[in-house]
Order: sequence, then C-alpha cells, then structure tokens
Amino acid sequence: MKRDVTTTVLGAASLLGLAVVLGLSLTSPLDVNQGSLVRLMFVHVPEAWLSYLAYGGTGLFGLLYLIQRRRHWDRLAMASGEIGLLFTLATIVGGMLWAKPTWGTYWVWDARLTTTALSLVVYGGYLLIRSLIDDPERRARVSAVVGIVGTLYVPVNYMAVEWWRGVHQTQTLKLLGGVRWDAAPIYLPTLLLSVASFTLLYFFLLRLRGTLAAREEAREERELTGVTGRVEVARG
Amino acid sequence: MKGALRQALTVAAKDLRVAGRTRDTLLATAFFAGIVLLVLGFALSGGMVSRDARLSAPLAAGAIWTALALAAAVGAQRAFAQEQEAGALEQLLAYPGPHGALYMGKLLGVLPPLLLVAAVTVPTGLVLFGASEAVTASGRALPWAALALTTALGVLGFAAATTFYGSITVNLRAREALLPALAFPILVPAVLATVQATRLLLEGGWNPEVGTWLTFLTAFDLGTIILATLLFPAAVEG
Repeated sequence: MKRDVTTTVLGAASLLGLAVVLGLSLTSPLDVNQGSLVRLMFVHVPEAWLSYLAYGGTGLFGLLYLIQRRRHWDRLAMASGEIGLLFTLATIVGGMLWAKPTWGTYWVWDARLTTTALSLVVYGGYLLIRSLIDDPERRARVSAVVGIVGTLYVPVNYMAVEWWRGVHQTQTLKLLGGVRWDAAPIYLPTLLLSVASFTLLYFFLLRLRGTLAAREEAREERELTGVTGRVEVARG
Repeated sequence: MKGALRQALTVAAKDLRVAGRTRDTLLATAFFAGIVLLVLGFALSGGMVSRDARLSAPLAAGAIWTALALAAAVGAQRAFAQEQEAGALEQLLAYPGPHGALYMGKLLGVLPPLLLVAAVTVPTGLVLFGASEAVTASGRALPWAALALTTALGVLGFAAATTFYGSITVNLRAREALLPALAFPILVPAVLATVQATRLLLEGGWNPEVGTWLTFLTAFDLGTIILATLLFPAAVEG
C-alpha cells in the first residue's frame, strides 16, 4: 500500500495551525465583558463553520454520487456526515458552556441554536438510515437522497425559526448577535487563522475517513468473494 | 406530460378506492390524531379551559398541528406499506412511465384522507382547548375560510414530505420508528408556519402577518413537491 502524502501533509498543516491558534488564543487580551470566556470563540466559531462545511459536503457528494454513480463519492458523503455530526455536538456543548455564564442559561430558542440542534437530528437520521441498509449500492443511493434533502432544508429551517423568533422577541437576539462582533477587531486574526486551520482539519479528516471506509469496503468484498471459509472459522 | 398526469391520477384513484373500501388507514389516522389531542389536552390545559384568546390560541394551534403532523406520518406510512406487504410495490415500479408521476399519484392518494382527518381534528381541537369559545366571546366570528386555507396548505406540506420519506423507509427495518425521525426535522418550517398562522388567526383574525406565513407555507409546499418528484426516482429505483 503506497503512502498517502497529501493526507499526511494536510494533517501536519492542520496540527501546526491548531497549535499556533492555541498559543495565540491563550495569550490574547481578555475581553472587557466576558473575560477569559472570549477565548472559547476561537474554538466555537470554527467548529460551527466546520460542521456546516461538512453538511454542505454531505449534500454535494451525495449529488455527485447520484450523477456519476461512483462509490468514491458515497464514502466521502458518509465521512462528511460523520465529521459534521461530531463537530455539531462539539459546537453545541462548547456553546452551552459559554452561554451559561454569559447569557445566564444553557439554551435559548434562537434561530442559530435551533437550526444547529435540528441539523443534529437530520444527519443523525442520515447515519441511522445508512446503518439499516445492507446492500451497498442501495445504501449509497438512498442515503444520497436523504443527505441532499437534509442539506437543502438546513437554510429553510434557519429562515423559518429566525422568522418565528423575530416575531416574538428581538431584544435578546440583537444583544447576542452584537456582543461578539463588537469585540472582533482585536481577535479577528486569531479567529481567521483558527477557521483556516479547522478547514484544513476538515479535509484531513475527510480523506482519512474516506480511506478508512474504502479499506473497510475492500475487506468486506474480499470476505464475500474469496476466503469466506477461513473467515467463518476465524469467527468461530 | 399528459401520460404522466394520467398515470398519477390512476395511481391516486387506485389508492383512494382501496382507502374507501377498507377505511382502516383513515380510521387509524383519525383515531391517532384524536388520541394526541386528548393527551395534549390532559398534559397542557391542566383541566381548565381559558376564555382568553391569548392563552387558548397558542395552545389550540400547537395541539392541532402536533396531532396532524403525527397523523400524517402514520397515514403516509400506510401508502407504501400496503403494497410492500402484498409484494406489489416492485410491479408498480416496473410499469412504464416516469417514477415522478408515481410519487404524485401516491401524494394525491394520501392527501384526501388526511384532509378529511384534518377537517375533524381542527374543529375538535378548537373546541377542546377553548379557542372557539374565546374567539366568539370577544365578539368576532371564527375565520373559517382562512383556517381552512391554512389547514389545506399545511396538510399538503406534511403529506408531501412524509409520503416522500415513506417511500424510502418502507423497505427498512424499524420503518414505523424511522419515518417520523427522518421526516420531522424537514417538517419544522411547515409546523412553525401553520402554528403561527393558526394562532394569529385565532387571536385577531386575518392580518398581513398571516399572509406572509401562508406565502411561506405555499413556497415550502411547492419546493418540497418539486424536490421530492425529482429525487423520488433515485430513492426507489432497483
């Protein structure tokens, strides 16, 4: 098996970027209102960005699969969905830890929060349906459809919830949206670097998971075609 | 195009004939919606019925649309399950003609029973949660026409999404549990729009805000139907 240089380089670059971000964010000045809590922004915002990037990837790779019918795209769509789910969880947990001392509560039915929580269900369902179909071709086809629809409805959900909240109370929302960007000028370079590092991290994880899935598939096929007898013995 | 339309109507007519003769889907769906209303009534109203529209309107709107969203998932499940159990789904898919027309036919077959259920659920919910009393007590008439329009658009949106996901989950293990799990995150915009429109109508009658919610709902319905028709062939083939 030949060495995958691109993946190694991507991994090294994202690791380096994250190390620099860690150094910068720990030495960055404290915020007037939030104190040390502002540092969570350097992780939280890129995490959220990464999860949306990954969801876009699930939809895009699913569409590419339906057009070209190459299994390669299906593996990438699956990898992207898993990464997205993982980082959405991280986004929500990190955000809640920040929200409790800042807003005084863990959860608000704000459009951004609600949409993020909903996308957790959408892509949880996507991975769930993958685990329920055994035939690889059918799994790829059906999950591509579910992935495309899910991705397309994320912005629709956002619009609907934004509007729903907008009708009721706007005061808290404006405060929430504002505080963060008022503080931005000092922190912007670190944040941008962090977003760039997380983007690299996404492509690294995508390649890694895609390769892993390809090897899993190769192993399954080998078991099915050639050496079934030995495998059964090995399993007892 | 003409052939596709005829195919859709044929499938719908077949499903409606089956639904009319057995009535099991219709009764199960209606019963289910009624149970949800009752449970929510016990859970939310605390034994008291408020005469204030500001209190009763959100409660009634929320309960009615929760019941209908769950009922839509039950109804759409049966649309494909019946044929799948009889082993007829593959033959239906093997008939010549576009698969998109098949989806339209199924949707048209699911819609009338669901509208019938909604026609019972909406008035019952309004009475059970005291919203109709509250509206008439404040000297206004219930905006029936606008409520009917909201109901029709909402049920169309629910049916469009759940029928589409029903075609995906019908061949899977645990399909009864899976369909709501997949479809409800997609239904959120429709639920929000119908609940808000119903609440606003009960609180103060027709106003421009109701109009914007209904426009949004129409866009959601059209978008979902178009998307589902396009993706349905990929979801069911082979």
